[in-house]
Amino acid sequence: MKISTLPYPEVARPPRRKVPQVLVELHGVHKGYGNGLTRNEVLSDVNLRIREGEFLAVCGFSGSGKSTLAKLIAGLIVPDQGELTMEGQTITGPGPDRGIVFQNYSLLPWLTVRGNISLSVDSVFANLSRGERSAQVGHFIELVGLTHAANRYPHELSGGMRQRVSLARSLAMKPKVLVLDEPLSALDAMTRSVMQSEILRIWEEERQTCLMITNDVDEAILMADRIVPLNPGPAASLGPIFSVDLERPRERVALNHDSQFQGLRNAITHYLVAVRDRSRAAAEDAGDVTRTLPQLTPQVFRTPSRTLFNLPI
Amino acid sequence: MNNRWRRKAIQFCQVAGLPVLEPFIRLAAGEDPRQQLREIVKFAVVPILTVIVLLGLWAFAAQRIKTDSAQLPGPGTTWEAAKELWAAHRQQRQADARRCEEEYDKAVVYMVEALLTERQAATATDEDKATLLANASLLRKQALQAANYVPASAPTFVDQTLRSIGTVFVGFLIASCIAIPVGVLCGMSPLFNAAVSPIIQVFKPVSPLAWLPIASIVVIWWSSGSDPERAVFSRAFLISAMTVSLCSLWPTLVNTALGVASVNSDYLNVAKVLRLSWWQTLVKIVLPASLPMMFAGLRISLGVGWMVLIAADMLAQNPGLGKFVWDMFQNGSNSTYAKIAVAVLVIGMVGLVLDRLMICMRNLVSFGNNATS
Repeated sequence: MKISTLPYPEVARPPRRKVPQVLVELHGVHKGYGNGLTRNEVLSDVNLRIREGEFLAVCGFSGSGKSTLAKLIAGLIVPDQGELTMEGQTITGPGPDRGIVFQNYSLLPWLTVRGNISLSVDSVFANLSRGERSAQVGHFIELVGLTHAANRYPHELSGGMRQRVSLARSLAMKPKVLVLDEPLSALDAMTRSVMQSEILRIWEEERQTCLMITNDVDEAILMADRIVPLNPGPAASLGPIFSVDLERPRERVALNHDSQFQGLRNAITHYLVAVRDRSRAAAEDAGDVTRTLPQLTPQVFRTPSRTLFNLPI
Repeated sequence: MNNRWRRKAIQFCQVAGLPVLEPFIRLAAGEDPRQQLREIVKFAVVPILTVIVLLGLWAFAAQRIKTDSAQLPGPGTTWEAAKELWAAHRQQRQADARRCEEEYDKAVVYMVEALLTERQAATATDEDKATLLANASLLRKQALQAANYVPASAPTFVDQTLRSIGTVFVGFLIASCIAIPVGVLCGMSPLFNAAVSPIIQVFKPVSPLAWLPIASIVVIWWSSGSDPERAVFSRAFLISAMTVSLCSLWPTLVNTALGVASVNSDYLNVAKVLRLSWWQTLVKIVLPASLPMMFAGLRISLGVGWMVLIAADMLAQNPGLGKFVWDMFQNGSNSTYAKIAVAVLVIGMVGLVLDRLMICMRNLVSFGNNATS
């Protein structure tokens, strides 16, 4: 008996989603400062994977080692233990494939906006012709919206504009990973919200891999794909990763009423508060915070009626 | 258009360190007259009144302070002495010009004689020809000497002031050329700093007058080979300049080292991320960042150098303002003290102008932090 087999039915399968490859990997990283008794362990046992094209936010308290983490990934400092790799190769020093935007802008004050960005482009793309380089500089100035202020000096710009220049300078290097070390902390709240939209708009255009360090949970949920909390120091490590599944483009006003946003915000905030309380309790148990005084009874001092410069005469 | 020239004029005032002109500009642009008048009274009228009051006090004191041989000069006497010095300068210049013309006329006469003698030599016998040609060349030489006559009269007050300014600039330039590279090296390398620091600290507090004899030995050795008459700079000039540079070396050096060492570490991080070479980091980041401190040091150096110069001129007998004061003091004529007072005021005013120039230069490189004093 011949069984006629029908051709295999054409099922519309959803296209295979490509898992983005890992760009930067931290594995068991420890970093501390000082030797011997004055040793201060800032980070201990940090494990993190940053994938290509994603926006990762690290959220934490002040003084918990966020800047240390940013500098480690940028390559400005070297870990004491552990592996720190970029595309499989160990990071040994800073380079233009890992851009970093500092909290206090660090614009060179003797160069104009165009000069600052040109410094980046001329150093990294020295093999291009002058016309191509200046076209690239113009493109990035336009991207951050500073065409009208291209020939001004940093001391003539406001805080938000300076941060835009800093962002443009780092983007102009065309880095593979962009580290933003608390970029908006030094700005007022209104400028901060404007700059958040700006950074998101630029990220959508360029789809740059970004790691942002921030102390604002709302900002992290608004901007990031994944949020990693940093536990408070000393010997800080990373907490559990929260994935943000909100659809882009995200709008702040609409998000405030979104239940998923609220749930996420509560979860992260509760986690951070809980971990801070736990670390405080541990510090009190470990260290000599309270001391008991010996039994003393106060004595009566007779104060003289006349004093000169607080000395009795 | 109105706003643009006003903004540029105010920017100029701020960079040039002349904030006193700002209310005048704003008044001319019609901006809030009452406020501007108040500012003008505060910053322009009050200092002028103070100066007038001080002049009055000076005149009063000058009448009272009398010794057997001399009297403290008052403002009137000083002004008379200043006019006298200026008149003497003009007279000297005119006399020199007349002398130069006379010598030039003589030179023409010599040249004509030389040409005539040569023409004679062309049509003369052999033995005569030799003597005639010798005469002709002698006449030519005399003509040349007369044409290039430089009046060797005694330098006037204005000449001496200009010479002082020239000396201080030469000394300052020599000092800067040594101090800036050494300062940059000190700032960049802690090892170099540790090596050189004791030497700097030992020589910094030494008074210039103690350096002068040693400077003389060095300059005399340096110029021992060449003819003193035909040197570009005379020995006294070089000794003064060397003393000035030995003194004004130290503020520039210390400030440059400090400026280079205290470059903001964020700028250096930017250089590291861009992977700039050592030379590029130095030229593009370290030097521009340390320019304000460097210029602050240069300004102090110029001020110290100008003060030291007067003493160095006196001792090295360089014909500058110091020598003028010393000569006046030794000669003791009627208007001696008045002339010395004039010299004091001129020294002060030249110092003020030099200081203002350095402030202006510092403001040009200070990207926004303009100093006004």
